[in-house]
Amino acid sequence: ARTHEGLVARIDTLLLGKKQIDADTLEELEEILITADIGVQTTVELIRTLEAKLGRNELQDGAALKKALQEEIGARLQRYSAPLDVTVAKPFVIMVIGVNGVGKTTTIGKLANRYVAEGKKVLLAAGDTFRAAAAEQLEEWGKRAGVDVIRHQAGADPSAVVFDGCKAAVARGCEVLIVDTAGRLHTKVNLMEEMKKIRRVMGREISGAPHETLLVLDAATGQNAMSQARLFKEAAEVSGVVLTKLDGTAKGGIVVAVSNEFQLPVRFIGIGEQAEDLRPFEPSQFVAALFD
Amino acid sequence: MFENLSDKLELVFKKLRGQGVMTEDNIKDALREVRLVLLEADVNFKVVKEFVEKVRVRAVGTQVLQSLSPGQQVVKIVHDELVSLMGGDEDNSLDLAAKPPVAIMMVGLQGAGKTTSCGKLARHLKSQRRNPLLVPADVYRPAAIEQLQTLGRQLGIETYASKSDQDPVVICRDAVKYAELNGFDTVILDTAGRHQIDDFLMSELVRIRDEIDPREILFVADAMTGQEAVNVASGFNERLAISGVVLTKLDGDAKGGAALSIKAVCGKPVKFVGLGEKLDALEVFHADRLVSRILGMGDVLTLVEKA
Ligand SMILES: Nc1nc2c(ncn2[C@@H]2O[C@H](COP(=O)(O)OP(=O)(O)OP(=O)(O)O)[C@@H](O)[C@H]2O)c(=O)[nH]1
Ligand SMILES: Nc1nc2c(ncn2[C@@H]2O[C@H](COP(=O)(O)OP(=O)(O)OP(=O)(O)O)[C@@H](O)[C@H]2O)c(=O)[nH]1
Ligand SMILES: [Mg+2]
Ligand SMILES: [Mg+2]
Repeated sequence: ARTHEGLVARIDTLLLGKKQIDADTLEELEEILITADIGVQTTVELIRTLEAKLGRNELQDGAALKKALQEEIGARLQRYSAPLDVTVAKPFVIMVIGVNGVGKTTTIGKLANRYVAEGKKVLLAAGDTFRAAAAEQLEEWGKRAGVDVIRHQAGADPSAVVFDGCKAAVARGCEVLIVDTAGRLHTKVNLMEEMKKIRRVMGREISGAPHETLLVLDAATGQNAMSQARLFKEAAEVSGVVLTKLDGTAKGGIVVAVSNEFQLPVRFIGIGEQAEDLRPFEPSQFVAALFD
Repeated sequence: MFENLSDKLELVFKKLRGQGVMTEDNIKDALREVRLVLLEADVNFKVVKEFVEKVRVRAVGTQVLQSLSPGQQVVKIVHDELVSLMGGDEDNSLDLAAKPPVAIMMVGLQGAGKTTSCGKLARHLKSQRRNPLLVPADVYRPAAIEQLQTLGRQLGIETYASKSDQDPVVICRDAVKYAELNGFDTVILDTAGRHQIDDFLMSELVRIRDEIDPREILFVADAMTGQEAVNVASGFNERLAISGVVLTKLDGDAKGGAALSIKAVCGKPVKFVGLGEKLDALEVFHADRLVSRILGMGDVLTLVEKA
């Protein structure tokens, strides 16, 4: 049995038999939003906006409220939404970061596949020298996409791998260099320092690098994604988000809060484990799915 | 500003000082705070609702003690009820009481920490003088077999030689035979990550289970999981009848409220927690520690206990 109740179903239940939306309804709505992983702060903000509309007699029934809510959430995602343009530098360096197991390496495989399909010359650097068989995993993705992977031995200094990756990308005239990094919890100071060092090395080798720092978030993650975004942004100037594993039942509501509170565009979504399972982020589609 | 539940409740109850008993009316605000704290810790909304109701029933009519402030008293009720919801000090040890080789099967979503936990568990069992065999049965994820082999090498524990073009059911069956013939008393089966709604991959797990009859089926859950934990865990439990939970990545700042949801809907004990990427970062689960973490307090509780 599917225990999952969609946001719309819950809102409908809430409004059943009610002609007018009252303060109690709004309070219940608050809980619904919080429990869709949208995040407390964004929820409060959304409710305030709805209350203001209510005060102006703009919300007459359930349908109007639903529509207003969708629009408000959509607007928040739209505000910072922007596609990733990799043609503004050569090589354009993408650094992929995030906590353990969210889908960094897989996303890199998918991105490589995507840029190769666009006719670009792509190189990957295996900056995760820590996790067992991380480089082998990236190499397999490289093979699938038909691109080279710069790697060192397990346990090597990730900055050294990245240094070699930058040199090779320039020497080979690559258009896109994608750097994998080890999963790290945002609360681990030494690992965050290691990540900063990798960035410095890149910046020294290629002007402006990394041009894009993608924070990968797992759609099943709850409130902790806020802490991840905050600390990764502080340490690494995150410039975009990838939301993975949207092919499951998790809706990834937390990106509404992440995008909104940290002014970050969601660049891509992951919808499976195959090379082609990556899509550019579409705010309206995402919101519609949130309300399914 | 007010970090933990205790501070918040102190504030709520400021006006209650001098009143003799807790009433529906005067604990309403306190319960609202309790609900919010739990929701912010990712405890599922339905679980929260039922739980808050339980606390309300227990609190109303309670005499306000001299020794504790009303806030501390509610905290204590909440704490005790949460610990009991989490199983209190029920037996959560690994059950290996079966004819060797005893099989342990690890299942869960993609990236939850199954493979790493296989390594940690193997190390743990080796330290208890068992002789485990690691079995890679993830033939889908690139380099999944190599990952487990690497962990086995680091631990000096044998990893069964599977190939990614084999059927996972066949791998597991042959591995158990191999273990039997070669004196391994435990086999640890690493399976591929999958969504609970992926029918093809879920039925693969059912086939492995039916073939091997593992003594333990451990659902590996990421401590950072949000409201979906309930759907995922009940999905796995319905298909497989899991025997326990491993809660990973608790070394960060996630509250781990998902564990409460999982326990509430599946009734299966959390057996271990993962506290790092290294292979020694595995601990036996303690309900009271998780509860203190969810409530954002440690010292306050010891204070309450002393009072
Ligand atoms: N269903 C699904 N699975 C995904 C998706 N993205 C990644 N995965 C799976 O998630 C698991 C972890 O992916 P990885 O790419 O290894 O994650 P990572 O962030 O590199 O992990 P670490 O390097 O260990 O921190 C793998 O089993 C992937 O196949 C997605 O969009 N959908
Ligand atoms: N910080 C921390 N990281 C962990 C813990 N357990 C596992 N990890 C990390 O989480 C990531 C994913 O772990 P895996 O063991 O590969 O997860 P999995 O469930 O086997 O993943 P798939 O096979 O792709 O589904 C790796 O980077 C691990 O090092 C933990 O307790 N704490
Ligand atoms: Mg990786
Ligand atoms: Mg694995």
